[in-house]
Amino acid sequence: MAVPILRQGAYLIATVQSAMTDTEALRLRDDLVRQVGLYRARGIIVDLTALDLMDSFAARSLRTIAHMTRLRGADMVVVGVQPEVAFAMVQLGLTFEDVYTALDLEEGLRFLDARTGKD
Amino acid sequence: MAREGPLRVPITADVDIVTARQEGRDLAERMGCSSIESTMIATAISEIARNITSHAGRGEIAISAVAIDGRNAIEVVASDKGPGIADIERAMQDGYSTGAGLGLGLPGAGRLMDHFEVRSESGVGTTVIMRKWCP
Repeated sequence: MAVPILRQGAYLIATVQSAMTDTEALRLRDDLVRQVGLYRARGIIVDLTALDLMDSFAARSLRTIAHMTRLRGADMVVVGVQPEVAFAMVQLGLTFEDVYTALDLEEGLRFLDARTGKD
Repeated sequence: MAREGPLRVPITADVDIVTARQEGRDLAERMGCSSIESTMIATAISEIARNITSHAGRGEIAISAVAIDGRNAIEVVASDKGPGIADIERAMQDGYSTGAGLGLGLPGAGRLMDHFEVRSESGVGTTVIMRKWCP
C-alpha cells in the first residue's frame, strides 16, 4: 500500500503506516520528489507516529528523500519517531544526523513555517 | 513458558522481511518482552532478513521461544544457501558493506540482541543465530 501524501498549503504531509516495505519506501521517495515539483511544495513532513520500527533501509530511504527534495527546493522534517523506535535506532547505529526532526506534526509545521519564513 | 516449535518464515521478497519482523514482535510480546525489547528484536530480524534478500536471494527465518539455564529467550535463526560471507570479522564491522546498504546490518543486529553468532562458508551459505533474554 502506498504511503498517503496530503497537501496542506505549500507543504506535503506523508503519513507512514505501521509496516513499510522496501518497495513502499522507494515509492514514497519517487512520489515526494515528483510532487514537490507538481505542487511547488516548500516543505515536507514525514509523519512516523504509526511506524513500529526503523531499520537501516528505511533510514537510508528517508535520508535520500530529504537530500533529493532539498535539491528540489523543499525542506523535509521527520516527526513522530516513537521512544522505542528511537531506542532501537540508536542501538542499531542509525543517527539521522543530517535529517531535520521534530516531536510531532504540530512542531513539524512550526519548524517548516520558521524555515520558509512563513510566520 | 512452554517451548514452542520454531515459526518458520520463508524469505524471498521484501514483504517477507515485514512478515518475519512482525512474527518476531508478536512472539516477543506473547513472551512478555517490553515494548522496547520487542522493537529491538523486530529491528534485528529486519536487518538479517534483508541480508538474505540482498546477498542470497532466498532463505528462511526461524523464530522460537527457548529456555537456557532456566531463563527464557527468543531465538532467531536466519539461514540461506547464498554465497556465504568471505570475511565475517570485516562483515561485523560498522560501515563495511559489499552490497548497497549502510553496512550496519550485521553489527547493528548484534548490538540489538544479547547473543549473536554468524556461521558462514563460502559457496555453502550463511546461518545467523541470535537470541535475546525475554522478559
